Amino acid sequence: MSTNEPNTNASPPGTRGADAMQTLAGRLSACMQCGTCTGSCANSESMDITPRHLWRLVQLGLKDCIFDSATFWICSSCYYCTLRCPRGLPLTDAMGELKRIAVAEGLFRDRTSPLFYRTFLDTVRRYGRVREMEVMARYFLALRSPAVSAGFTPLGIKLLMKGKIKPRIPGMSGRGKLGPIYDKVREMEARS
Amino acid sequence: MKYFYYSGCSLEGTAAEYDTSTRAVLRELGAELMEIEDWSCCGASAAESASYLLSMVLPARNIALASRTGIEADFVVPCSACYLNLRRVGDHVHRDEALAQRINEVLSEEGLTYQKGLKTRHLLDVLANDFSCEDLDERSRRKLSGFKVAPYYGCQCLRPYRDFDDPQQPASMDPLIEALGAQVHPWSAGARCCGAGLMTTKKNVALRLVGDILSAARGADCIVTVCPMCQMNLESFQSKISRERGEKLDISILYLPQLLGLAFGIRDRELNLHMNLALTEPFLHKLRTITGC
Ligand code: SF4
Ligand code: SF4
Repeated sequence: MSTNEPNTNASPPGTRGADAMQTLAGRLSACMQCGTCTGSCANSESMDITPRHLWRLVQLGLKDCIFDSATFWICSSCYYCTLRCPRGLPLTDAMGELKRIAVAEGLFRDRTSPLFYRTFLDTVRRYGRVREMEVMARYFLALRSPAVSAGFTPLGIKLLMKGKIKPRIPGMSGRGKLGPIYDKVREMEARS
Repeated sequence: MKYFYYSGCSLEGTAAEYDTSTRAVLRELGAELMEIEDWSCCGASAAESASYLLSMVLPARNIALASRTGIEADFVVPCSACYLNLRRVGDHVHRDEALAQRINEVLSEEGLTYQKGLKTRHLLDVLANDFSCEDLDERSRRKLSGFKVAPYYGCQCLRPYRDFDDPQQPASMDPLIEALGAQVHPWSAGARCCGAGLMTTKKNVALRLVGDILSAARGADCIVTVCPMCQMNLESFQSKISRERGEKLDISILYLPQLLGLAFGIRDRELNLHMNLALTEPFLHKLRTITGC
């Protein structure tokens, strides 16, 4: 396999509940604080704490500090840190894991990202596929922030003119096309 | 050559021109595309924030649909995010045997079974490796001489899986561009991040990344992309970024198959260049001198 990801003996990703942080700490225990991840990250300047610092907090289990930070929401999944970490740690996946834990436990201050992801996944459940601009419209409606929506208005108009989007938002009720799959995932995750 | 074609959601919507140009170019090259009936979203970057299992099941469902046909063929995927999501299922199952069982317990709700075996490949991989420069040369009705093209790869077709190119200094597009008679713009921004989904959730962070890429492309006639998210991020906010930086940064942004299609002489009905958001007047002028229309 041609990635940097190691075969860790720790539990697999996606572990639920209180164990999740411990599992993650286990997967990152080999971090030696060299800072290569931070140096590789194009977004580190926009983060309140650096990736290297974040991994130390994870090792120490300092949950409050971790979820006070927005660092993992600023990760754009470019995989540079994963590629370059001399310890071969699955860092981009770890950022994803923190997003997951934050959503599951309601540990976020800024609701924009969780709200966007939820809107997206609801659309997928309902229709099986998404129209990005429909997701955007729903997201702006749910966000109720005229400022954010206004930033996207010129783009929306451009896309409309190009015939790329249709101004129509169908209903979201019902179990949905992928409802059985979503329900089954939820049921299995509640079990484990 | 036969492939399962997973277009993904963007190519049905805002990236329709990527879909039509990809189909046209692959057809010209003699490839046969098989649709995956009833395919669904791969989960994009959203599924992983909700559930690890769901982020595996959504792409696996599409692989299961393809393997149900009994046909053995590679997947060809034009969207880098879809490619990565489909690609990682096989990898994660490989590391964790129990995962396959869990995925299949979910998929049994729809009578589907995920099996290892079918290979997931990015469109660029297929274009660069399944056809030779002679193939491209033969199909080209006109040379794109005088065009300087900046190849933009982005992230997820290169990393973390190094399936077909160097993950930091990619070069797989160079021979394609040169085979068309165009010149490669020398730059080091081809593998940088465009901000991906941050353009929606953390816009200022993404605008900074895009600004740096546009700036590095100065001197080129156009940038070519191989992902709908990259394309959208690079083409949509050029005037805003130019204004904020006090620099003229507008540049034409095309999908790679659109560039190939221009050389192949594919009609605009399939290239759909009129759907692109960023095509500059100097670029169009140069194009007219070559196509003579
Ligand atoms: S690059 Fe790897 S080892 Fe170095 S600080 Fe980052 S996570 Fe730790
Ligand atoms: S994957 Fe995320 S944390 Fe890692 S370098 Fe890229 S943006 Fe930074």
